[in-house]
Amino acid sequence: MKRAGKIWTAIVLLFLYAPMIVLFVGSFNDGRDLSEFEGFTFDNYIDFFEDSDSLRLLANSLILAVTSSAIATVLGTMATLGIQALRGRIRKLVMTLTNIPLVNPEIVTGISLSLLFVFIGRNMLGTENILGFGTLLIAHITFCLPYVILSVMPKLRQTDPSLMDAALDLGCTPLQGFFKVLLPQLTPGIIAGAIMSFTMSLDDFVISYFTYSAEFSTLPVEIYAIVRKPVPPMYYAMFTLLFFIILFVMIGMNIVQARDEKRHVRRTKNT
Amino acid sequence: MSKELIRLVNCRMDFDGETVLDSINIYFNDSEFLTLLGPSGCGKTTTLRIIGGFLQPTSGDVFFDGVRINDVPPHKRRVNTVFQKYALFPHLNVYENIAFGLRIAKLPNKEIDERVTEMLEIVSLRGFEKRKPDQLSGGQQQRVAIARALVNRPKVLLLDEPLGALDLRLRKDMQNELKRIQQQLGITFIYVTHDQEEALAMSDTVVVMDRGRIQQIGTPEGIYNEPKNAFVADFIGESNILDGIMRADYVVEFFGRKFRCLDKGFAPNEPVDVVIRPEDVDIVPADSGHLCGSVTSVTFKGVHYDTIVDFKGFKWLIQTTDYHAPGEYIGIRLTPDDIHVMKKSEYSGMFGDYSSYSAEYDEINDPDAVIGGEETPEEALNEE
Repeated sequence: MKRAGKIWTAIVLLFLYAPMIVLFVGSFNDGRDLSEFEGFTFDNYIDFFEDSDSLRLLANSLILAVTSSAIATVLGTMATLGIQALRGRIRKLVMTLTNIPLVNPEIVTGISLSLLFVFIGRNMLGTENILGFGTLLIAHITFCLPYVILSVMPKLRQTDPSLMDAALDLGCTPLQGFFKVLLPQLTPGIIAGAIMSFTMSLDDFVISYFTYSAEFSTLPVEIYAIVRKPVPPMYYAMFTLLFFIILFVMIGMNIVQARDEKRHVRRTKNT
Repeated sequence: MSKELIRLVNCRMDFDGETVLDSINIYFNDSEFLTLLGPSGCGKTTTLRIIGGFLQPTSGDVFFDGVRINDVPPHKRRVNTVFQKYALFPHLNVYENIAFGLRIAKLPNKEIDERVTEMLEIVSLRGFEKRKPDQLSGGQQQRVAIARALVNRPKVLLLDEPLGALDLRLRKDMQNELKRIQQQLGITFIYVTHDQEEALAMSDTVVVMDRGRIQQIGTPEGIYNEPKNAFVADFIGESNILDGIMRADYVVEFFGRKFRCLDKGFAPNEPVDVVIRPEDVDIVPADSGHLCGSVTSVTFKGVHYDTIVDFKGFKWLIQTTDYHAPGEYIGIRLTPDDIHVMKKSEYSGMFGDYSSYSAEYDEINDPDAVIGGEETPEEALNEE
């Protein structure tokens, strides 16, 4: 029985990662076609790093992911504090409202954001070309926010409310108390939220597709434009790199969480 | 005489339309150890939080050294608090926890180091500087919390049930420790607890609270020996509380008999509550007793026996070092010293009855019932 379980797990993992393995192997293939391995080479990677267009797109995506996740993390943390300060029923209502975007179909979110931007642009700002980095940024912050709130909220709940009282008691202004006492307790949740936002933003296609403009495009959007034609092998190299970036980020996040978990267990055991 | 430091005037506190504190008037003297004692929900923690600045009274004034401080936020008050669950900062080690207040005050590093080291000495935690709070035992965490508050040299230290989370043995040790620290530093301690033994053992002054009101203020001896009403008598130690009538100064009547007592100043024939402490009662042979009854149950408590004796259906708790078997018919003697008379209050009839049959108690209270000394309980009841 135990062995059957192990085999089953292996099969599941194989299915999950088989596409990545094909891509990984393909990125080192000398030929143009994935169906035949014609020899090992780093040329695809070299091509990618020499192609200024794809580097610019990668840079765009990274800039967007970093700024949107940073802003979403700050806003989300502030929102969490506000929500926690609300009373019972209103708090539940607000939590539900912030969670809805998580399950809302992305295409609906994308189109509605796009409509909103165009409406505001036309009627309030008098411009036909409102879409661009700004709208993309706002859209990404919007769908990242709930993830930040969801990962900071449990940390805030675990924190003893009298910690803040103690900080005030020892001479902190409320602001000092927040930065010196409360924030360190929330840090693991904030980091998790930031990482999640970063990865969500980096690989978002649907919502970006409806809110971008040609001047500032992101990697997933541009790749969509070329997938119908034969994909240049250098993109296999880039996908592989992206996969590993995300993989390392996720491993990092798990380590942070595991360490925090351990500390929490130790704390509850002692008291 | 030590001077007055804090005064609460007509402090009232409402939460969602519910009155938690009902016009409290109280003052706290410099360098005294004062305990707010009462059951949960009596308003003691609310009072403490008003002094600490975490709550603003709905109405009334708070004075510190003669200055009204209602609107002064906690971080500007010369008061520090030891919180119920310690509230140590989990991300800082012992040293940094204690140094926290001094760092906020931006003292020079050298002075911080001297004062933290001195504090570590006082709470006997040298060598634990680098530990994180979650690597300490409950008692050690407790001492860090005390050091963290005291290192700021507050004029007043507020302690909110600080020993509640510790086991009995540790609690006793910490009680002595706290008393020692308070005397050594000469700081005012305002201590909140629901544990009457703790309050009696440590305090200079005890304030007994219930239902958002102060029931009695006094020394531990004063409160124990001269409780003001049935609530205080019952909450502090064990008490048998009987209905009586004050026949004259120094004469009180209960169970149909007149007894000499030390109390006076009541109206003639005023109904009163009579308190008799279980340890004051002497058990004697039935024929030489003032009152007679039969033992219904005995519990061994180590130092003494808790003996429940049935007097005409009203059961008393008597604490004796001699064993009297259940069923034994015994007498008791009372000296004027053993009897304490209190005015009737809203608490009358709610406490101090060790019988499980409250109906019988009511019958005994019937003023028409004539109860002699020699009858058995059953006969007394049948007479009705």
